[in-house]
Amino acid sequence: MNLTFYNKSITGILTILPANEVKFEDEMESYNFSVAKSLKLKMAMGYNKHRIAEDGVTISDLCIYGLNHLFENKLLKKDEIDSLILVTQSPEYFMPPTSNIIQGKLGLKHDMICMDINQGCAGFEIGLFQAFMLLEQEEISKVVLLNADLLSQKVSKRDRNSNPLIGDGASITIVEKSLKPNTIFANIKMDGTAFDALIIPAGGFKNPSTPETAEMLEDASGNFRSLDNLVMRGDDVFNFVQREVPPMIEDLLARARFNKQEVDFYMFHQPNKFMLNKLADKLEVPREKMPSNIVENFGNASGVSIPTAITYNLGKRLRDESFVICMAGFGVGLTWASLLVTLENLTFSEIIEY
Amino acid sequence: MKKQIINILQEIRPEFDFSQEINFIDEGMLDSFDIVSLVTTLDEFYGISIDGMDIIPDNFATIDSIRNLLITKGVKE
Repeated sequence: MNLTFYNKSITGILTILPANEVKFEDEMESYNFSVAKSLKLKMAMGYNKHRIAEDGVTISDLCIYGLNHLFENKLLKKDEIDSLILVTQSPEYFMPPTSNIIQGKLGLKHDMICMDINQGCAGFEIGLFQAFMLLEQEEISKVVLLNADLLSQKVSKRDRNSNPLIGDGASITIVEKSLKPNTIFANIKMDGTAFDALIIPAGGFKNPSTPETAEMLEDASGNFRSLDNLVMRGDDVFNFVQREVPPMIEDLLARARFNKQEVDFYMFHQPNKFMLNKLADKLEVPREKMPSNIVENFGNASGVSIPTAITYNLGKRLRDESFVICMAGFGVGLTWASLLVTLENLTFSEIIEY
Repeated sequence: MKKQIINILQEIRPEFDFSQEINFIDEGMLDSFDIVSLVTTLDEFYGISIDGMDIIPDNFATIDSIRNLLITKGVKE
């Protein structure tokens, strides 16, 4: 599905990462793999270290910490916020929405819309699409998009398919009506027939958590996980990404009448270095234009990975410079989405630690 | 090229004999992470980039299937 948005802009991006850093070497004894093979895995996939929140930390802690940072530094005013969108797979409760909890704890005005969206790897794009649509309303001028996940709590430490790549984190993106006319091209596709390619099988209403679902079981590859843990069919996800993402990007650029060279950066979701390098090669764009350094430095925090890639690789340059960015998210759902946007004159673009 | 492929496989999984004419996947000699290591090594060794769509077990099941894949990428015998 093709989408087009007019006269909207991103005016600030803040990434909030837990200060706690865990190294690959400190966990590899749990992987039921020889040391030599674990180190080969590390090299090939670009694993190195990841940020893991301390026990007891919730997504609202990260989001509130980041929002207070913006309020205290006069980068955002509470009464300007007309909508709070939270994209997460780590809600604090089944009910109420965590965005309402954040609104209440911060004392934001009542005259606003809060909403939670359950999405993951394409959660930054989906959050932006929702923000752009809300901004069509006369009374909505500024939307705060929160992406936050703490999926390390749902991944088995003995699962080398998922544990080395996962990271925790949050991001805050300010989306506003643009004073300058512009067009944002985007597209999105979904395939719910493959819903179980990335899934936490137990814990919802379909299959509630019980002592049985918490039992650790060994899979055919020697990984140990329970039904309460996240499970990913890595081969299927890899093949899906390689099959669907390149044509999606080709279509997006053709519709926007951009050639690949005119795009300054391809800021894609960050599952692992190998997958991103293969996408860059397939699209025939230089690997340095498609940063793949988030998993190795921070881990993949789902919908937070693209804002992290932007703030880590471009940072303060976005306050003075202008870049054409092609974003793409792909994964759980299955969902794949992309958009082409110019980022310039951001009020803030940085990473802070919680 | 066959000898080079066997040497590369032998480095990845030294405990197995890759000169045998058997299916490496069915026999459990290569798993998905081995295939990632193999692709990375073949890319570097031959100066190519194996297409992501070609990274399926069938293309790495035997010496001949790996050789055929490399030939489609322009690697000469």
